[in-house]
Amino acid sequence: MGFRQRKAEEMVFKVLMIGSTVIVTGSLLLIIGTVVVKGFPAMNLAMITQTPKGGYYLGKEGGILNAIVGSLELAGGATLLALLFSLPIVLYINLYKRRKSRLAVFTRFALDVLWGIPSIVYGAFGFILMMRIGLRTSLLAGIIAVALLELPIMARAMDEVVRLVPHSLQDASASLGATKLETALHVVTRQCLPGIITAILIAFGRGIGDAASVLYTAGFSDRIPGALLQPAATLPLAIFFQLGTPYPEVQERAYASAAILTLIILVISLLSRWYGRKFQKNSIL
Amino acid sequence: MDARTHISIQNLSVSYGRQRVLKDVSVDLPDRKVTAIIGPSGCGKTTLLRTLNRLLDGMDGVKIEGQVLVDGENIYDPKIEVTRIRQKMGLLSQKPQVLPMSIFDNIAYGPRIHGVREKAKLRQIVEQQLAAAGLWDEVKNRLHEPASRLSVGQQQRLCLARGLAVKPEIILGDEPTSALDPQSSRIVEQRLIELKADYTVIVVTHILRQARRIADYIAFLYLGELVEHGPAAEIFANPRDPRMKAYLTGEIS
Ligand SMILES: Nc1ncnc2c1ncn2[C@@H]1O[C@H](COP(=O)(O)OP(=O)(O)OP(=O)(O)O)[C@@H](O)[C@H]1O
Ligand SMILES: [Mg+2]
Repeated sequence: MGFRQRKAEEMVFKVLMIGSTVIVTGSLLLIIGTVVVKGFPAMNLAMITQTPKGGYYLGKEGGILNAIVGSLELAGGATLLALLFSLPIVLYINLYKRRKSRLAVFTRFALDVLWGIPSIVYGAFGFILMMRIGLRTSLLAGIIAVALLELPIMARAMDEVVRLVPHSLQDASASLGATKLETALHVVTRQCLPGIITAILIAFGRGIGDAASVLYTAGFSDRIPGALLQPAATLPLAIFFQLGTPYPEVQERAYASAAILTLIILVISLLSRWYGRKFQKNSIL
Repeated sequence: MDARTHISIQNLSVSYGRQRVLKDVSVDLPDRKVTAIIGPSGCGKTTLLRTLNRLLDGMDGVKIEGQVLVDGENIYDPKIEVTRIRQKMGLLSQKPQVLPMSIFDNIAYGPRIHGVREKAKLRQIVEQQLAAAGLWDEVKNRLHEPASRLSVGQQQRLCLARGLAVKPEIILGDEPTSALDPQSSRIVEQRLIELKADYTVIVVTHILRQARRIADYIAFLYLGELVEHGPAAEIFANPRDPRMKAYLTGEIS
């Protein structure tokens, strides 16, 4: 192949790469821009400090504090619940089971399938589950549905980092007389801490932004949820309801709510990067 | 040599899947001596070493037959606690493998999991072991830095100190100097020789000169068979098996 041709190839790829980068960054900015510009007129302190007053959805005063708190509680609870299951699953299939054992392969496959299931199905499943155990729409029911949604995301993201832990590291710990559990908790988890934190925050981001799974499970309420068995408002549903009204000023509030949700997710991403770096320092490799 | 036997390997065979990599190996390794396991690449040296502290357990498709007696106790007895066996043996791997924590915690990790809690006691163990590994002066001002920031030679000495901190009886080394610079190699070699006063030392090496320098006892593996074993002086002075001779003269390596 001639030099010119190789040079041309190089150029084409450069253009492609720069092009995709521009598209990705551009869409991000465009989305944030739209949300901020459209929501800006409705942005005020009341938005984040008050709950909806009577007639809020007709354009009267109030805010969406109920949904902000509801979303944080719900996503927080769900993330905690998902973590309680994902970390043991991941440590188990990587450290206790041979990595290529049938159980490990099957678990990974199952998680991948669960990942692909649309969130409305989780919502419906959660709803059926609620009927079975006699639970009404509530924060708790929402937490369970969202935890189910988050579990495969969190577990697979953790799996990807725990898999990379070299065998020799486990051997080093085992040679000192450590049990598998001690190795898992003190060595492997520590080595993977940045990745684990990232996995947790990714799952949290997915959970807090999802509307379909909470639609039938968490319900909606204009009050700040004070107990697990009360219904809870969430930001995605608040956006959905406000956008669905015929009043432009309420629709503006939907964009303002979206801006708040986006901001929360942005902060989460930044935190995950910062924490990742902070805990990297002890990692080997 | 009339030393007491510390480890007795009896009819040990190991297969990875269908490949048999150790074939009916039987040998008694003497207490408080340096035993060198030598042989060409791929002959099963690492495998043999790893059977001694049961690191092959639970690996995909590994089959282990035969017995390994340590102090007369079969370590492959199902009733035995594998953590206790491993605690008895410090392991130095080819590439030093520090734990993802500080220098201090690397050493304190072992004692901690075995129940040492008092800070003062831990600090004393850390200092003592670092000093014994000839590392104390180099790291005493940076004990709380990540261990991964040490040089490779320092890391290997840290691993030695870490192994000694759990009071083992046996030191296992798998080509422990192969990743090190000559200076660090010499320090580690020297330490291994000194350690035989209190420990049984078993070192895999593919460097014949190293075996000559440090070994009291030799086990020569060839294609998974234990071809020859005995006191180093005898083996080097007059090897009996033609394969052993060929290896010593460098015809096979
Ligand atoms: N995990 C494994 N799975 C399958 N085969 C293996 C595995 N580990 C080692 N073997 C094979 O077993 C044989 C012995 O390997 P071993 O690592 O014990 O040799 P060695 O003497 O230590 O070699 P070297 O001097 O190169 O380190 C080799 O043929 C190797 O390919
Ligand atoms: Mg080897």
